[in-house]
Amino acid sequence: MELVTPEIGLVFWTTVSFLVLFFLLAKFAWKPIMGAIDDRERFIEDSLRKAEAAKDEMARLTNENEVLLKQARVERDLILHEAKKVKDQIIGDAKDAAHTEGARMIELARVEINNQKAIAMADVKNQVASLSLEIAEKVLKQQFADQAKQDELVSQLLKEVKL
Amino acid sequence: MYKSSILKLKIFTLLRICAVFLTLNAFSLPVFSQETLKEGVEKKFEPSEVILEHIADSHSFHILGNTSVPLPVILYTDKGFEVFSAARFEHGKADYVGKYYTYRLINDKVNIVGANNTLLASATVLKLNSSLIDFSITRNVISMWMSILFLVIIFIAVSSAYKKRQGQAPKGLQSFMEPIILFVRDDIARPNIGYKYRRFMPLLLTIFFFIWINNLIGLVPFFPGGSNLTGNIAVTFVLALITLILVNLNGNKHYWKHIFVPADVPVWIWPLWWVIELVGIISRPFALMIRLFANITAGHIIVLSLISLIFVFKSLYIAPVSVAFVVFMDVLELLVAALQAFIFTLLTALFIGSAIEEAHH
Repeated sequence: MELVTPEIGLVFWTTVSFLVLFFLLAKFAWKPIMGAIDDRERFIEDSLRKAEAAKDEMARLTNENEVLLKQARVERDLILHEAKKVKDQIIGDAKDAAHTEGARMIELARVEINNQKAIAMADVKNQVASLSLEIAEKVLKQQFADQAKQDELVSQLLKEVKL
Repeated sequence: MYKSSILKLKIFTLLRICAVFLTLNAFSLPVFSQETLKEGVEKKFEPSEVILEHIADSHSFHILGNTSVPLPVILYTDKGFEVFSAARFEHGKADYVGKYYTYRLINDKVNIVGANNTLLASATVLKLNSSLIDFSITRNVISMWMSILFLVIIFIAVSSAYKKRQGQAPKGLQSFMEPIILFVRDDIARPNIGYKYRRFMPLLLTIFFFIWINNLIGLVPFFPGGSNLTGNIAVTFVLALITLILVNLNGNKHYWKHIFVPADVPVWIWPLWWVIELVGIISRPFALMIRLFANITAGHIIVLSLISLIFVFKSLYIAPVSVAFVVFMDVLELLVAALQAFIFTLLTALFIGSAIEEAHH
């Protein structure tokens, strides 16, 4: 029975001592310790969140870079394409110009040839005319000599003449 | 087990050779050896007497061998306070004539004796109207103060380590204590109390470490151990009373409404309900008090009984068996020491949690 009967003295001292311990530890130990642990946990959580944010930011930047790169590539392709087009056009234009020039020169040549030909023809005609005149002179001379022969000569000459 | 050294040593006078098996006795001689020698007759060994003596509180603190420190006796009598040293009792062999009464030590308890050796009053039982209340600084009080000093030193060191090593990983003692503190917070307080746990952390931590440290000190068989603080009903009574007061001071509207104006209960049953609830309020801390007291005391009794076996059988050959069992029990008690501290704190948290719980219907 004695074993399970609380003694007033010990109850008193336990109460006083425990309360003193409680206030001492609460003030000088638990408060700073819990505060420090909470602070550190908050700091860790914060750091993790920041790391996560940095990772996201990094991913975003990488993404952006890629997009930029893609855009640049597209733009480059476009520029190259355009340049090619311009080049082709220039070549085409040059060809056209050359063609036109060639055609014009050929035309000029033809006109010149025709002119020359006309001049030559005129010359030939003149010669034919003078030849004819000569022939006619000769025929006339012959005719004056022998009528029959003259006729024959004229016809013979005429036959010989080939224009 | 804390007192086992005295016990062991006592018999070792008789069976010195046992010292080989029980290392603890190596440093001391039995307290009662002189007595035994004087009488020339071997006292009959009474295990229950020895065990109960070691379980109970004492007015002297046994240190080593024949050395024990007499502790101050503070008595409150109906005529006033009396303060003197327990040395005056000469181990119960002498009466002390004080200012107001004559005092005698019987079974380590102070009694007032009148003329003709009649017992006028005894400090053994909880009688508030008694003319004698014993406020002595007993062995348990000294032991408690040492544990408190120890706790304060440890945790102030830990808390200063937090200040000094701000923003750094814990180190040394700090890193040993931190997981335990976090255990109390994350596995005891938070799941049982809920988001308001922060307010109750200081008390839960103090209760946990106070019980744990004192359980461990109780396991040490010699000074500075050798007391049975957490196996003393007065100590567990105070701890349970603190829980009782704390829980009911923090009870919210919902808690009191459930007790006094229970919904879904016919009004005519209410008086009966109040009685049942009142019993519930008292019985929960009461169970806490008994559980801690019984567990720690039982552990001590088992260890002491195992040691007593050697002296009951008066045989050297039983010693290795006893020691083997004692070692096993001591290891088990290490677990029990932590477990009981955990259970006491857990249930306190649970009761607080149920008292501050918000209405959920």
